[in-house]
Amino acid sequence: MPDPLLSVTNLFVSFGDRTVIEDLSFTVQAGEGLAVIGPNGAGKTVLLKALLGLIPHSGTIRWSQDARLGYVPQKIEADRQLPLRLRDLLTAKTAVLKLPRTEVAQVTSYLGLTQEILDTSIGHLSGGQFQKALIAFALLGRPNVLLFDEPTASLDELAEERVYEMLHSLQQDKGMTVILVSHDLSVVYRYADMVLCISKGAPCMGPPREVLTPEMLETLYGTPPKYYRHAHGADVPPRNLRSSPE
Amino acid sequence: MHQGQFLFLLLALLFGLAAGLVGCFALMKRMLLAGDVISHLALPGLGLAFLYKIDPLIGGAATLFAGTLLVWRLQKKTGLTTDATIGVVFAAALALGAIVTPREDLIDALFGELQQVSLRGFFLGLVATLAIAASLFLLKDRLALTIFSPDLAASTGVNVNRVNLLFLLVFSLTVLVGLRFMGTLLASALIILPAAAARQLTDKLSGFLLVSAAIGVLSVLAGFVFNTLVLKLSTVGPTIVLFSALFFALSLLAEKN
Repeated sequence: MPDPLLSVTNLFVSFGDRTVIEDLSFTVQAGEGLAVIGPNGAGKTVLLKALLGLIPHSGTIRWSQDARLGYVPQKIEADRQLPLRLRDLLTAKTAVLKLPRTEVAQVTSYLGLTQEILDTSIGHLSGGQFQKALIAFALLGRPNVLLFDEPTASLDELAEERVYEMLHSLQQDKGMTVILVSHDLSVVYRYADMVLCISKGAPCMGPPREVLTPEMLETLYGTPPKYYRHAHGADVPPRNLRSSPE
Repeated sequence: MHQGQFLFLLLALLFGLAAGLVGCFALMKRMLLAGDVISHLALPGLGLAFLYKIDPLIGGAATLFAGTLLVWRLQKKTGLTTDATIGVVFAAALALGAIVTPREDLIDALFGELQQVSLRGFFLGLVATLAIAASLFLLKDRLALTIFSPDLAASTGVNVNRVNLLFLLVFSLTVLVGLRFMGTLLASALIILPAAAARQLTDKLSGFLLVSAAIGVLSVLAGFVFNTLVLKLSTVGPTIVLFSALFFALSLLAEKN
């Protein structure tokens, strides 16, 4: 097996006296789709932030030298009434990273973001457009790893579907490694090669069909699972039967 | 107009420009009122300078920058919100300043004074305003990202803490340049009002900066002219502030482009 793109060893993250992530170790191969699942408060977002180097931690997080990270956060706390157009935001990133301005055009045309949307104030973007805007922001700088936190929180079904199509094509067309935090088990089945479950108990990792057993889900979320598994083909549970831990 | 008066006006116009630019980012960071605290931090220094007959700007600068670092450290250490830190530092600095400032100098310290400026003072002010404009130009993109989302900014490689500190220092430098014209009570007004007016007129970052800077300059010019020709007061600050408030009122009538 080639060297992993990411290897995490004995990771601990604490805030004051509270330990959120305790002794977590796992690896991610290039091109893999890893879904991180777990109940609220288990530290999924904290894990992504630690992987990005945004919060202090102990243990080792080692990215391979050619890893370029793109990050799509779960939600932006910023004031959406800021006098910033999407174009301002994207060009600010190209300026900071000293990227050619043409990257903005490339990324936005790939994602189907029109000039009109680019010239819209970020406060006036719809939920779907805003999510796409964050993805465009992440894709600037040609990342080969995308860390994606709850991609479809607060989106309607249609917008949700579009985001996943996009995610799928990023994996397929660009061979991108995707590390995804999601509550949506149907998504995990469709797009993840590997699943990492984190909760207060021992973490587990493996392919979806091995890890997402009814027993494991009950242990993880503390509620009986509301899904079933196909015995053949792709393990895609019906969307309306998705497990919803919240 | 004497050369000294002319230089004074020129410097005031430059201050209007710098304050307009700084105000844009302060408005976006929701720290416009921090300007009040920061300007009041200069009061104890001004008072001590009057008391011991040294250059008031040196005294003001000393406590201003020390206080700015204190605000930044307090926020970082205690996790208190900006307004809580403001509440604490504002009160202490104002009280201390009122005690140490000689009575006869208090009004000048609070509202600024209309005076001439020496060639040396002019060049110092010129360098300061150029430094403010250049810093903001260089920090503009990092600031925009930090304001939008500190996490996204950090994931882009921006040192968010350093950007915040640099902005606070630029903000303090702006207040310092403005102390001479506006005094500690009003120095922050020209940071607040033009930005608030410009926000009514545009949704675009570059437009916001340009309009705010223009309103800052126009407020100073209108205030000077009106004070010189009509009011003939010894302090020009209040007139400048009233004109910028008038521009804000007018901006409410206009629709965003």
